[in-house]
Amino acid sequence: MAENQRILVCAGTGCASSGALPIIDILIDEIKRQGLEETVSVVGTGCQGFCEKGPTLVIEPQQILYTRVKGEDVAEIIEQELVKGERVERLLLVDQETQKPVSSMADINFFAKQHRIVLHNCGVIDPKKIEDYTAREGYKAIEKALKEMSPEDALEEVKKSGLRGRGGAGFPTGLKWGFCRATPSDKKYIICNADEGDPGAFMDRSVLEGDPHSVIEGMLIGAYAIGADEGYIYCRAEYPLAIKHLGIAIKQAEEAGYLGDNILGSGFNFHLKVFEGAGAFVCGEETALMASIEGKRGMPRVRPPFPAVSGLWGKPTNVNNVETWSNVPHILRKGAEWYTQFGTEKSKGTKIFALTGKVNNTGLVEVPMGTTLREIIFDIGDGIQGGKKFKAVQIGGPSGGCLPEDMLDLAVDYDTLTQAGAMVGSGGLVIMDETTCMVDIARYFLNFTKKESCGKCTPCREGTTRMYEILDRITKGEGKEEDLDTLENLALTIKETSLCALGQSAPNPILATLKYFRHEYEAHIRDHKCPAHNCSALLSYTIDAEKCKMCSLCAKNCPVNCITGDKKTNTPYVIDEDKCIKCGTCMDKCKFGAVTRA
Amino acid sequence: MGGACCCENLVDPKQIELDEIINKHKYDNGPLIPILQGAQEVYGYLPAHVIKHISKAIRIPVARIYGVVTFYAQFRLTPVGRNLINICLGTACHVRGGAKIVETIEKELKIKDGATTEDGRFTLEVIACIGACGLAPVISINNEVHGRLSPDKIAGILAKYE
Repeated sequence: MAENQRILVCAGTGCASSGALPIIDILIDEIKRQGLEETVSVVGTGCQGFCEKGPTLVIEPQQILYTRVKGEDVAEIIEQELVKGERVERLLLVDQETQKPVSSMADINFFAKQHRIVLHNCGVIDPKKIEDYTAREGYKAIEKALKEMSPEDALEEVKKSGLRGRGGAGFPTGLKWGFCRATPSDKKYIICNADEGDPGAFMDRSVLEGDPHSVIEGMLIGAYAIGADEGYIYCRAEYPLAIKHLGIAIKQAEEAGYLGDNILGSGFNFHLKVFEGAGAFVCGEETALMASIEGKRGMPRVRPPFPAVSGLWGKPTNVNNVETWSNVPHILRKGAEWYTQFGTEKSKGTKIFALTGKVNNTGLVEVPMGTTLREIIFDIGDGIQGGKKFKAVQIGGPSGGCLPEDMLDLAVDYDTLTQAGAMVGSGGLVIMDETTCMVDIARYFLNFTKKESCGKCTPCREGTTRMYEILDRITKGEGKEEDLDTLENLALTIKETSLCALGQSAPNPILATLKYFRHEYEAHIRDHKCPAHNCSALLSYTIDAEKCKMCSLCAKNCPVNCITGDKKTNTPYVIDEDKCIKCGTCMDKCKFGAVTRA
Repeated sequence: MGGACCCENLVDPKQIELDEIINKHKYDNGPLIPILQGAQEVYGYLPAHVIKHISKAIRIPVARIYGVVTFYAQFRLTPVGRNLINICLGTACHVRGGAKIVETIEKELKIKDGATTEDGRFTLEVIACIGACGLAPVISINNEVHGRLSPDKIAGILAKYE
């Protein structure tokens, strides 16, 4: 048996939802029972990234990955793995190609093809322990900055690294810091934007939950370079675990002398607070975010003046997102030159993507900029669920666009994606297969932006609603031929005239789907058909009386009890169309193929 | 005032908690949102008398507080039912059939998004992302997450909550 093993249990929100937390307690008890507590320790870590297979646990140092672990598996894992040094095969991941179980993380494509810079601590350390962070070179970068570098040097290093804002727009970080630094003022603020509201993106949450100190250290360096002495982390209230871990981390950093007055004896002061957002997507926009911290309705304002000149309470303010801040300590510690070896000419470093939807490996992946969509979806993501056909990938959430199959070889960076009509955005990658209706997807995103529009400017407030209404009509089969032109006109006008990025990018999902999937819109309008068999209003389910064996399975499983029939009286089952919600459960359950969809 | 009822001597414990929250944030820059969040934690929602009380204590007009309360999704002006159902309609849940889950639950409980059942048993809220995308489609009831759902599983899950 190997000495000093560690069992890393993913306790991020995804795995916790799948039941990871009780497993930690059972592990600890079982290890005690076996008398192994001297050599084996259990660590509840942040997100390990492999949400699809959660709860996951990793045995170190061998790096053995166990997936979909349940409480009752724990005793067996301990017995086999830690006592006998053998694998529990049934809990290992099965390689889709060879159909054989793989145990080592190095042999699993999902991990092997990633390059983790920002996530290098996530899933490896206990985020509630500052000593875990410092043991992995944590707070070395701020020490280096304070002892060996002037603020200008630190700023210069970030500029040279080519780091661009990871929140969506991709503005060069060093340049942004420079503006704020150049504004003379007695007081400056820096803010970490952790209002990750994009449905389908969860990388910022995972970094905050799994490695909160890296964000604090990044902010410390930023504050030093800019000349700020106070900072806020604006985190959505929907992320309770992230807020909890941040609170613990800030307290520990204060106690260790990394936050507060006269940090490490350098004379540099920096105080950091967490502000809980109250649930408004628009607060991801920096001027809206600052209004929200000031206790107002979170509505954006016209820029200029830019926050670097007049931001929070009228003082120069610099806002960056979580992932951006978390990159900074690595850049300072290892140097800009090291950082620039990753990525493309104009987009340096790595990007974290939240891979979700109809893909086999849902989870969090970090890859160098310039990796192709195909590599992310098919190598790391292991392709489409249930052997279905890939249709599109939605990049960048409600502000982004859907890209079709022939664009899969596109290298992912800020500029190529924008050119293609999508955007890196926050980094949500939602994979869609042949059963996803593209008109419905556009409708879905517009429903979201319509609800989240703050209402300040007319193009966004009225425009998103009108576009939604048209899309809703089309998905109900009531579309008109001229709708597509109207949509296009509206979309372009709203893009041009909205006040902030929410409105300016809200039409993107429509424009991209119209560009690449126009035929689906036309099928809804002209033929009253949804090619993906998704839009309920254009579907009907019927039971073929000839094929019906009256087994009652459909009726038993129908969630709204709209199927009736009786074997005793030899009455085949029929669906009441008025009550039917077109969920398709009956079709899935019928063993005789008697249910048909039209 | 004569004929005072004995309860006048009793101080509402929630009121004490509220005043503690107000005093904690009163002198901060931008105290309103943290105070409202604290108040909602105490009362479960923001009753009119609480908003008036906060208004007096921090000298911000009720109208402005009301503006903030109605702007943010987190704040509610009506009480929640005994069980709060959050249906996730993040993008991942949407493409994996979240809309059918919404329809099924709405039919089952005969209420729409944002409403509470007449018996006060359930409040239904459709939200943008729980963050359990790997388990999509998911719902959470009183923060307990139920994942990998299909419409036929709903009735069984709801039956567990009284």
